[in-house]
Amino acid sequence: MSTVRKYLGLIVTIGVLLMLVAWPAITGKDITRETTFTILLSVALASSLNILLGYTGYVSFGHVVFFGLGGYVGFYLMSAQGMSLWISMLAGGVSAGVLAFLLGKAILRLRGGYFALATIGINEAMRAFINNFEPFGGPTGMTLNFSVYRDYGGAGQALWLSYYVLAALTFIVLIVSYLVRTSKFGLGLLAIREDEDAAEVMGVNAPNVKTWAYVLSAIIPGMLGVLFFFKNGSIEPAPAFRLHFSIEMIVMVMLGGQGTVLGPILGAYGYQSLRGFLLTSPIFKDIQLAVAGVLLLVIVLFVPAGVVGWLRQRVPVLRRALQ
Amino acid sequence: MQISFDLIIASLIDGLLLGFVYGIAAMGLTLIWGVMNVINLAHGPIIALGMFSLYFIFDLFGLNPYVALLLVAILGLLLGVLIYFVAVHRVIDAPHLSTLLATFSINMIIIGLGTAAFSASPRNVDFSLGSLSLGPVTLLGTRLVAAVLAVAVTGGLYLFLYRTRPGRYIRAVANNRDAAELMGVPSAQILALSFGLGTMLAAIAGGLIATFFPFTILAGGVYELKSFVIGVLGGLGNPVGALLGGLILGMLEGIIPAFMPTTWVPVLEFLLFVLILLVRPQGLFGARK
Amino acid sequence: MKRTTLFLIFGYLLFALIFVACSSSGGDEEAATDTGSSDTAAESADSGGGNQTIVIGFTASQTGSQNVSSTRQVNGLNLWMSELNAAGGIALSDGTKVTFEAVTYDDESNTDRVQELYTRLATEDNADFLISPYSSGLTAASAVIAEQYGKVMITTGAASDETYKQGLTTIYQAYTPASRYLTGAIDLMATLDADITKVAFVYENDKFSTDVVDAALAYAEEKGYEVVLHEGYNSDTTDFGPFINKIQDAGPDAILGGGHFQDGSTFARQLSEKNIDVDFFALLVAPPEPDFADLGDAALGVIGPSQWEPLAAFTPDSAAAAGLEWFGPLGEEFVSAYEAAYDGEEPSYHSAGGYAAGLILQQAIIAADSTDPEAVGAALDAMDLLTFFGHIKFDTTAEAHGLQIGHSMVYIQWQEGADGLAKQVVWPAEGATAETLFPLP
Repeated sequence: MSTVRKYLGLIVTIGVLLMLVAWPAITGKDITRETTFTILLSVALASSLNILLGYTGYVSFGHVVFFGLGGYVGFYLMSAQGMSLWISMLAGGVSAGVLAFLLGKAILRLRGGYFALATIGINEAMRAFINNFEPFGGPTGMTLNFSVYRDYGGAGQALWLSYYVLAALTFIVLIVSYLVRTSKFGLGLLAIREDEDAAEVMGVNAPNVKTWAYVLSAIIPGMLGVLFFFKNGSIEPAPAFRLHFSIEMIVMVMLGGQGTVLGPILGAYGYQSLRGFLLTSPIFKDIQLAVAGVLLLVIVLFVPAGVVGWLRQRVPVLRRALQ
Repeated sequence: MQISFDLIIASLIDGLLLGFVYGIAAMGLTLIWGVMNVINLAHGPIIALGMFSLYFIFDLFGLNPYVALLLVAILGLLLGVLIYFVAVHRVIDAPHLSTLLATFSINMIIIGLGTAAFSASPRNVDFSLGSLSLGPVTLLGTRLVAAVLAVAVTGGLYLFLYRTRPGRYIRAVANNRDAAELMGVPSAQILALSFGLGTMLAAIAGGLIATFFPFTILAGGVYELKSFVIGVLGGLGNPVGALLGGLILGMLEGIIPAFMPTTWVPVLEFLLFVLILLVRPQGLFGARK
Repeated sequence: MKRTTLFLIFGYLLFALIFVACSSSGGDEEAATDTGSSDTAAESADSGGGNQTIVIGFTASQTGSQNVSSTRQVNGLNLWMSELNAAGGIALSDGTKVTFEAVTYDDESNTDRVQELYTRLATEDNADFLISPYSSGLTAASAVIAEQYGKVMITTGAASDETYKQGLTTIYQAYTPASRYLTGAIDLMATLDADITKVAFVYENDKFSTDVVDAALAYAEEKGYEVVLHEGYNSDTTDFGPFINKIQDAGPDAILGGGHFQDGSTFARQLSEKNIDVDFFALLVAPPEPDFADLGDAALGVIGPSQWEPLAAFTPDSAAAAGLEWFGPLGEEFVSAYEAAYDGEEPSYHSAGGYAAGLILQQAIIAADSTDPEAVGAALDAMDLLTFFGHIKFDTTAEAHGLQIGHSMVYIQWQEGADGLAKQVVWPAEGATAETLFPLP
């Protein structure tokens, strides 16, 4: 009983995610899988970002740079070097992690708005660079030959495979996110969020701790990039480094509740369903972006703690269940 | 490639003239940052609205674009005050993320409504002041006038900030809001006015750009990113630095292509941007704290 | 404090409402069905029996940067569909009457959701045939899905060659591919003046334009031209000053390149403002658009490759002369029907491409005398046809299956007409409606 109580937060989180993941497998419908793929991708990206944004308070506006760079490195290995998806994903994750480590050493010194601006600059610089980088195809990008999917049992199988790999990655992110939150390391991060200078006085090695949080939050997006563009069949600079996508991740984290494990899941689910609804709704489809903007504004102004944060504040009983 | 002297002179002058206008756009961003520590992510769409306002006033009423610019400025000011009270005021003391997202939601609203109303098709203000040829250099009338107006606007802003009571209040609030409030400065109104001035500058920059470049509702994004770079070059919060930063960026954009493919320009621009953030976050010209 | 609570509750109610609305619908059912076809669906239900409604699925860029071209393409396709449905559809030999219905979603000009939407079209909406989105990038992503479900997809507005060389088997291209987009302009240049030697390529740095220019550049060098400048510009470029200064410095006789409408027309305008003197100027995509004339003097003499032109005179006679089968309306019939349907809007080649995509499918169904995807695919493989859009024939080799090999570009030039600027076809010579204006004034 006490173990259940202790891990209640994790159990609830995993339970919510399991329901989401199992839905396409139960129905066996391809469209459910595609819809869930979009949602899970957002869940995994938002949860990764949350490790930095939610726990340390550092706003990475250009987080998509890891998704794009990882995607490019992995795609290159698959299309030009004929490597398998697995090795490519590993390489994508590693390259994103290395980039985050190097960047972290430099730009995590910047506080607040300055850090946010620097991450935007890095994403734009990276996109412009890839646009000029011939081995990666420059502006034309790269394409995968359709026969590649045969190694994974044909295109239909490859799409299901991508889905299950994504599901596995999402679980990994959440477990990492939970472990970080409940660890001493995570405590250090939260201390930095509250007051970085005080945290240092209390013995938190802020530069190191921040850098590792940054690296942790970058690896999975790098792997997801490879997976997404593998499924997509082609990669180009503009879709790989879309700044808007970065901002969407932040919105999802905010919606669900930053600094919580469950929040990004709910936020990503809510955001993507909302978008799917607005895009196909006859009334809103022309102004879907504006409607989403109004909703975001309402959330930011009136519910800054997000769904989970708000529930935790209002209903103390739920605190243990909603991590 | 052999680099000729003519090419460098022509590129340099082209870049400088544009730099003045970039400077005005960045000044709007940097003013808001300096006074209230808010990065206005609706900056780009407001520039685009400036372009569209000028276009419609010119097209529907046939007003001279430079007269229309005056109206654009007033609309920009009012819009900014409105945005401040709707989206920014409530979260002005919240963490950065809140103001970033609040202004970003305004960005989404403007782009969303704008696309529905104007579609993404390009517009063009059909207006020309001819051109002037001096040896290898061809100067366009509209760009010369834009540069002159940019200087005038900067001068006007400077006078306003240093010679008028609201201007002095703005500087006081920028320096120390709590102290200013204690001294009886109505800080909410002053913050709203500052935000309005920032969006007014963005709208003016948009209007000026519209006299020589075509645009769509999405066109502001490019200038927003340029404004970030310039703002950091000149020191965030430093209006005069923004003008100088604009000139530097304009010059770089003119000169770099003479030596290497133009597509490398953004790579260098953004690397420089990150570098300055790291090495001299107060900007090249060392602004006030 | 009380007010805060109130706001909180209000905000939350709003959010909860939307949340519930979304999860209950799951975003599943709200397909925007083409209005013109809902009555045909009802009709087919009424008469029962041997009637069949074929669902055609595609996404359109209702928002985002490709909104204008995509809308024209969809207009063309919808016109084809409503004409065909009004005429009673296709009658198969077994007496079945086939009518059509469109299901479409907004792809926001983004690749993010294209695969999800095409999967939805293929599985949930049971689309029998697919039409591509606008632009090569989106089409590449949707092609993976079409192939996976074995759905025949006619692509239009997607010129890059690359997509058709990835081993796909159910994708068929209506457009002339990128590799043959600008080569005709170089042929034209060669006939005009043997003294032209120096050529500059200035083009948009994106997939499509780079593919086009790479092929054209190789062709020009093969023909013995000296390439004095070869440079891409970013898609959002509005200031062409640096390129113009470089052009001035390199002193080419001819400029080729461009990208899409906005950048191309801006480039032409600024080139003219700076009084650059070249003899020959050809741009991608922008010149054939009717709006290009707004540039006034800057448009005069500019040459552009077009997938289709109202002036291009393909007729049943020319089909007979070439030994091809003729199918569909005449060019002028298409133009007048289109103008009548869309408030006098002049069709661009995107519109014609959309219409042609429908026409190709229609002819394939007639030829196959069936709506079975495999039979229709076989009919497409065997297709060798002349329409108002031009010659249609697909590559059937394994390396480049579905690549368009019949169709070719026409080249237009803006010239002084009786009332203002007018487009004239200047190449290929057999279809020319005027002499080329050369050198440029």
